[in-house]
Amino acid sequence: MAYSFPEEVLEHVFSFLKTDKDRNAVSLVCRSWYEIERWCRRRVFIGNCYSVSPEIVIRRFPEVRALEMKGKPHFADFNLVPEGWGGYVYPWIVAMSVAYPFLEEIKLKRMVVTDDTLELISKSFKNFKVLVLSSCEGFTTDGLASIAANCRNLRDLDLRESEVEDLSGHWLSHFPDNCTSLVSLNMSCLGSEVSFSALERLVARSPNLKTLRLNRAVPLEKLSNLLLRAPQLVELGTGAYSAEVRSDTFSNLTEAFSACKHLKGLSGFWDVVPAYLPAMSSVCSGLTWLNLSYATIQSSDLIKLVTQCRNLQRLWVLDYIEDSGLEAVAASCKDLQELRVFPSDPFGAEPNVSLTEQGLVSVSEGCPKLHSVLYFCRQMSNAALVTIARNRPKMIRFRLCIIEPRVPDYLTLEPLDTGFGAIVENCKELRRLSMSGLLTDRVFEYIGTHAKKLEMLSIAFAGDSDLGLHHVLSGCESLRKLEIRDCPFGDKALLANAAKLETMRSLWMSSCSVSFGACKLLGQKMPRLNVEVIDERGPPNTRPESCPVERLYVYRTVGGRRDDMPGFVWNMDQDFSTFRDSQEQENGN
Amino acid sequence: MVDCVKKMGFEETELRLGLPNANYGKRGFSETVDLKLNLSSAEIGLDSAIDLKENNFNKEKNLLPSSSPTDSVKPPAKAQVVGWPPVRSFRKNVMAVQKRTDSDEAEKGTGGAAFVKVSMDGAPYLRKVDLKMYKTYKELSDALGKMFSSFTIGKCDSQGMMDFMSESKLMDLLNSSDYVPTYEDKDGDWMLVGDVPWEMFVGSCKRLRIMKGTEAKGLAPKAMDKCKTRS
Repeated sequence: MAYSFPEEVLEHVFSFLKTDKDRNAVSLVCRSWYEIERWCRRRVFIGNCYSVSPEIVIRRFPEVRALEMKGKPHFADFNLVPEGWGGYVYPWIVAMSVAYPFLEEIKLKRMVVTDDTLELISKSFKNFKVLVLSSCEGFTTDGLASIAANCRNLRDLDLRESEVEDLSGHWLSHFPDNCTSLVSLNMSCLGSEVSFSALERLVARSPNLKTLRLNRAVPLEKLSNLLLRAPQLVELGTGAYSAEVRSDTFSNLTEAFSACKHLKGLSGFWDVVPAYLPAMSSVCSGLTWLNLSYATIQSSDLIKLVTQCRNLQRLWVLDYIEDSGLEAVAASCKDLQELRVFPSDPFGAEPNVSLTEQGLVSVSEGCPKLHSVLYFCRQMSNAALVTIARNRPKMIRFRLCIIEPRVPDYLTLEPLDTGFGAIVENCKELRRLSMSGLLTDRVFEYIGTHAKKLEMLSIAFAGDSDLGLHHVLSGCESLRKLEIRDCPFGDKALLANAAKLETMRSLWMSSCSVSFGACKLLGQKMPRLNVEVIDERGPPNTRPESCPVERLYVYRTVGGRRDDMPGFVWNMDQDFSTFRDSQEQENGN
Repeated sequence: MVDCVKKMGFEETELRLGLPNANYGKRGFSETVDLKLNLSSAEIGLDSAIDLKENNFNKEKNLLPSSSPTDSVKPPAKAQVVGWPPVRSFRKNVMAVQKRTDSDEAEKGTGGAAFVKVSMDGAPYLRKVDLKMYKTYKELSDALGKMFSSFTIGKCDSQGMMDFMSESKLMDLLNSSDYVPTYEDKDGDWMLVGDVPWEMFVGSCKRLRIMKGTEAKGLAPKAMDKCKTRS
């Protein structure tokens, strides 16, 4: 046609489009744009590995260089998803080893990765650069050895929070002497000691190394050796931050830190000996991220440290910081955007520290840029939540965990509906919300009415009836992920809002009141959803139809039912019901 | 104030055995909401036929009774629910090790977790536990008991070793239909849990299997020998 651009021009224009959203929009314009776009899409993000098959992805996008994918539902982090549920990445790697020989990046979250998988990766992709395994499991340090040995141009090896079977620290020594490409190494989740000399040599020959996150086994006395070889580091994770208190160790460390002029992030800090904290003073003013969530030091030491970090944007800390520490943060860290406060004693019956809702209120008052919160505490009030909501209307992520389930407002003994209602009403950009405490259906009415940008919602021990669930499913227009445990939500709301589930990535419900019959109905009526029941008690059709299922995971898919379901997971599609029920009828049951 | 609230919460909370959320119907759905569903159409969707009555939550200022947590036979002072509070395992581990190092000698802890798979005869799926989260056999026993109901680890004294158990007591346990925990050690041998000091166990245990007492008889000789050498 006379007016159309040559393909090359369009391709060049499309190369400026980075987000999936934009690329997807472009693909919808017309068939020729769809075709051009699909050939030049280099990055693919798959939020649920079972929503699509490798074949479909490969068929549509033949030239992918980077894959990012997630497997298990989020509640797997808290042991609610049994072992063997799924999330295996191996079939994807097998398919891609043939289709994408030029693949450079693999980023996985909550997936099962085996040593065979790692070996296949290391041998299939000649230009492989980036491996990020976030909260993954299923592999050992032998698999890491394959990666180290075979990936000639490895840039990133990041094992954040993965569960690795640690056979030995020997894997690190498999990096060949001519490997100088490393930019990021995160081995903080590993237990075994690696050969320090191998580590030192690796760091010395990696001039581009920007991120180095060590594991606990790397002793503090040796940290300075590493830092002196890598003064260009931007992010450092220490090993254990403890040693016999000696002035030479201290001065070496101080000197090493002061050579690091570019350090922006610090983490690690296991077993902190407070006497060594001043050694890092020189870097404090440059820090934008500080992760002290393993540092079991008292509030006074924490305050001394944090008040020096005036440019802090992200702070992760244990509740040892207490309300007084958070007040100090509010006064000193005016650029703070994200705060996470973790519980030091989550299972203790009594509070062990003086951290209450007041700490969070102080930070919400003092830090004008605060937009992301994860906060564990033992008491909360509606008044505090209302204050926080009014202080920070630009809040994006708000996750509050009051440790005891169903605890009401400690001042008024009322449910916390009003407080969370204020959050959703004031914070119009809220994308993620986790709630706790005593909550009735009313809070869900507020959420359905106001939380129009909400994408992810986590609910536990809340609500009175299906009305609660109905409010959420019918009101939250942007909802993508909904995870629910121990709530009295049942069949009616789920079935009435079945179509909504096709607009979401997934729904998780465990220990709720959804019956087997309703699951079957949902599975039959919605062919584009996989409705999976997880039940330890055996096949659901050996119990009455009205019997609630233990766990339910519903997700949209174009990949059909998955073929790797273990014996305790059942797909509620057509086949299941007609096959087994008719079997029973034949057997005269 | 906080204590008072907590006590109230605890009294109102019913801990029950049995199926999770076995109180369906309790909250009387029909009393609160009336949803008319248009199920005759090919698709179930939102439609204007839904007619919702106002919920009478205003009447209910009392704390709501809980749905039964899927939990153990012997409820401890504070009921521990699976996966709550939502703290990742590696974080729980850090705290447990810290507490230990406060009281014991400072460990040159490896810092890693010690995840082992736990299978139980007759149970359809495996679980995983991080042995470093526990300090004694009793703690492990309690945790396993929560994961698998109708389960006994035998009697452990305060030090967590079965060294007081006489030959006859051991035989009783193994003859009963109770479950007995066994583990595979680094050498590939299957042993009875409780045979060795706790730290040694954590260091050598590769996987756990909870088997019926009668089946574990084959492991008895090792335990017997140990009983004899100690007495």
